[in-house]
Amino acid sequence: MRAVGAAWCFVAPALLVIAVFFFLPVFAALAMSLTDFDIYALADGRNLRLVGLHNYAQLLQTPLFWQAFGNTLYFVVVGVPLSITISFGTALLLHSKLVKFPAFFRTALFAPVVTTLVAVAVIWRYLFHPHYGWLNYTLSRIGIAPIDWLGDPHWAMPAIIVFAVWKNFGYNMIILLAGLQSIPEQLYEAARIDGASMWRQFRHVTLPMLAPIVTMVNILTIAGYFQLFAEPYVMTQGGPLQSTVSVLYFMYEEGFKWWNLGSASAVAFVLFLFIFGLTALQLRLARWQSAA
Amino acid sequence: MRGLAGLLVNGLLIGGATITVLPLVWMVSVSLMSPGEASTFPPPLLPGHVTFANYRELFAHAGMGRNLVNSVVLTIAVTLVSLLFNVAAGYAFAKLRFAGRDRIFKILLGALVIPAQVAMVPLFLLLKHLGLVNTYGGVLVPAMASVFGIFVVRQYALSVPDELLEAARIDGANEFRIFRSVIVPVLRPIVVTLAVFTSLGTWNDFMWPLIVLNDSELYTLPVALASLSREHVQDNELMMAASVLTTLPVLVVFLVLQRYYIQGLMLGSVKG
Repeated sequence: MRAVGAAWCFVAPALLVIAVFFFLPVFAALAMSLTDFDIYALADGRNLRLVGLHNYAQLLQTPLFWQAFGNTLYFVVVGVPLSITISFGTALLLHSKLVKFPAFFRTALFAPVVTTLVAVAVIWRYLFHPHYGWLNYTLSRIGIAPIDWLGDPHWAMPAIIVFAVWKNFGYNMIILLAGLQSIPEQLYEAARIDGASMWRQFRHVTLPMLAPIVTMVNILTIAGYFQLFAEPYVMTQGGPLQSTVSVLYFMYEEGFKWWNLGSASAVAFVLFLFIFGLTALQLRLARWQSAA
Repeated sequence: MRGLAGLLVNGLLIGGATITVLPLVWMVSVSLMSPGEASTFPPPLLPGHVTFANYRELFAHAGMGRNLVNSVVLTIAVTLVSLLFNVAAGYAFAKLRFAGRDRIFKILLGALVIPAQVAMVPLFLLLKHLGLVNTYGGVLVPAMASVFGIFVVRQYALSVPDELLEAARIDGANEFRIFRSVIVPVLRPIVVTLAVFTSLGTWNDFMWPLIVLNDSELYTLPVALASLSREHVQDNELMMAASVLTTLPVLVVFLVLQRYYIQGLMLGSVKG
């Protein structure tokens, strides 16, 4: 009996923190998204009114919200496949028996993941500099005219994608590498005895064995990329011509610059529902594939 | 054939590692250049003459020393408190029996799909109500426990044999004593992993400190760097010095403790 009391002493502090500072705010966000909570309500709670789905309806009529959504989608649709392809490619290279210093390469390729996002964004802002940046200098050596990476609305998002992939690919690389290392060697031996080529071994042993991990990596990466915020905040401040305003950047400005807290909560919920829907869809797809 | 393949594999890796590491090395190099030196074409690789003037400027005029202290204090505080709470809870979820244990744990796991940003607006209002906005507490208090931390500790603690606990109970040790002198030593590896993970995550965190801290005196390094970089767009050498100050500590910690970090990453990836 005493043990039960002790168990509660062990879990209570953590549960209390999570309940009060996570679950409560999440439910409050849902409630707030149905109110016109703004700077006047912030000053005096009596100015608060329930407005139903008005915030959501209003958002759908806000061009900048659609733009932010489109920009974020662009970032996800281009950035995630690019990032995972590079993660997978480097994981395969690191897994090769021909690598001379695997631990060194693994650490070097992983290093950007642990760096502080804001700090490396500052470095890349400089690498992208139209006049003094290394990127344009390197391109000029092969005869490509300078590009105003962060100043041109067509190039700003691609530049942010390049930066984000550089920063993030090492994370999935490590997870996929662990997956590759966990595939039993006998499966490859059996395939070789059957005369399977390298490609067929990859296609019929590596890929199916890795499928659950790839699904998980996809889900986590998509969810993560939808949460784009610090990159545009530091590198472009949403510009040029709002071409890099992301959904979270929009939420941040709506909430903490203009203090439209009801509307900002609605933005957060739309983003959450979208990520949630995509996650559910991918899980269903993975289940359907493994059943087929 | 095999020699050629080896050359290709190692060549590609050398290329990849150059792309990931060179910007970091170059950041250090530019931070040691005199003002304006890096704003030339072609961009110089090494400083003509090494100077620490940028770092002196950061501490003397930009007030970055204060931000460094904020980052260090908050990182240590968040890591210590959240370790205590998460390890205790993770252990209890794995090894102790109490009503609703499995149901509560399922609810916690479900919470992992909710992005932290969903909670941010009401959390800000709550902390404002508690007088914690624009204080260390505003960063510390919401970070005192995490579902992820509880989860990884629980997974690890599941493998602790029950006989170990029974033996201690028969010896008459109470639950808190068992936790301190039997459990914590056994959980040591996961505690270290979680400590590395939490401290790097706290140090690098940006969006929440940006929202909850308004006073530049209280800014953590990433927030201070972001604000500085918006003011000093042209001072590349100074910005690089500030970036070194912000990111070098985490890089060093990672290099020294990378075994634990990678382990945490694998554990974390199971959460999907």
